[in-house]
Amino acid sequence: MSNPNTSSSGESHGSVSSYLIGFVLAVILTVLSFGVVMSHSLAPTGTLAVLSVLALVQVLVHLHYFLHMGGGSEARWNNIAFVFTVAFVSILIVGTVFVMANTSMNMMSR
Amino acid sequence: MAQNTTVPTAGHDEHHHENTVVFGFWVYLMTDCIIFGSLFATFAVLRNQFNGGPTPHELFEFGGLGLETALLLLSSITYGFGMIAAHKTQISSVIMWLGVTFLLGLGFVGLEVREFAHMIADGAGPDRSAFLSAFFTLVSTHGLHVTCGLIWIVTLMVQLMGTTEIPERMMNKLTCLSLFWHFLDIVWICVFTYVYLASMI
Repeated sequence: MSNPNTSSSGESHGSVSSYLIGFVLAVILTVLSFGVVMSHSLAPTGTLAVLSVLALVQVLVHLHYFLHMGGGSEARWNNIAFVFTVAFVSILIVGTVFVMANTSMNMMSR
Repeated sequence: MAQNTTVPTAGHDEHHHENTVVFGFWVYLMTDCIIFGSLFATFAVLRNQFNGGPTPHELFEFGGLGLETALLLLSSITYGFGMIAAHKTQISSVIMWLGVTFLLGLGFVGLEVREFAHMIADGAGPDRSAFLSAFFTLVSTHGLHVTCGLIWIVTLMVQLMGTTEIPERMMNKLTCLSLFWHFLDIVWICVFTYVYLASMI
């Protein structure tokens, strides 16, 4: 299928329908996030897990439908930079939380 | 990028410059991502350090949060429609969609400033506790980015007025702003999930 959403420059820029699909998905995921917290139907850890999954899926929806991330040779360096950033930020956040939790335990501030 | 120049694909090589500009802006966004990552890490560490001050349950409310989220999400899709119009060179339509995006973004910033003003007036300013310092730093950094985006939108609207075509340079500016605006919406997903909703469980 020749992709009508790809301009001559190789930058994919989406169509009205792809933006609408992304928007509807984003609205559903947002409403679910709010709903799961407002309804108090799950235990706190369960709620947090569901929230995390919903947020992750919504980020992926935005990346795909709004930022048009995807395969293709034009996008390769964008994707490499993105993967590096995700790895870097994960180490940063997980490492910080891990180290600081240990610190406060050993300092007995908790 | 060096790889791409040695393997010219049909119709791509003459637009190589454009790809470099957009790629450069993408790299900037990745560094911005690291700034927000650091602020999220700080917030994660300090989120329970209330120092006897107000807790998220007393401070946050679903109504305002939902409205802010709705405005930002809507502005994302209106900007997308603007980009589609730009690719069809429908300039008046581009300006109209940019204007709608601007108003939605302005509504978001307005709601956020109002929320902050209420909190500070109630004695829950950034100096009250470590939790509030981390909260204000993270959320206002995002708000500041949105404000910069608003200035950028107005600038492009003014530059587009009275023109009859969209040169490549202008298209680059619109594409970079599109990446910036959608990126801010992604950051907001993390903010409303981990800063607001996770604190209100």
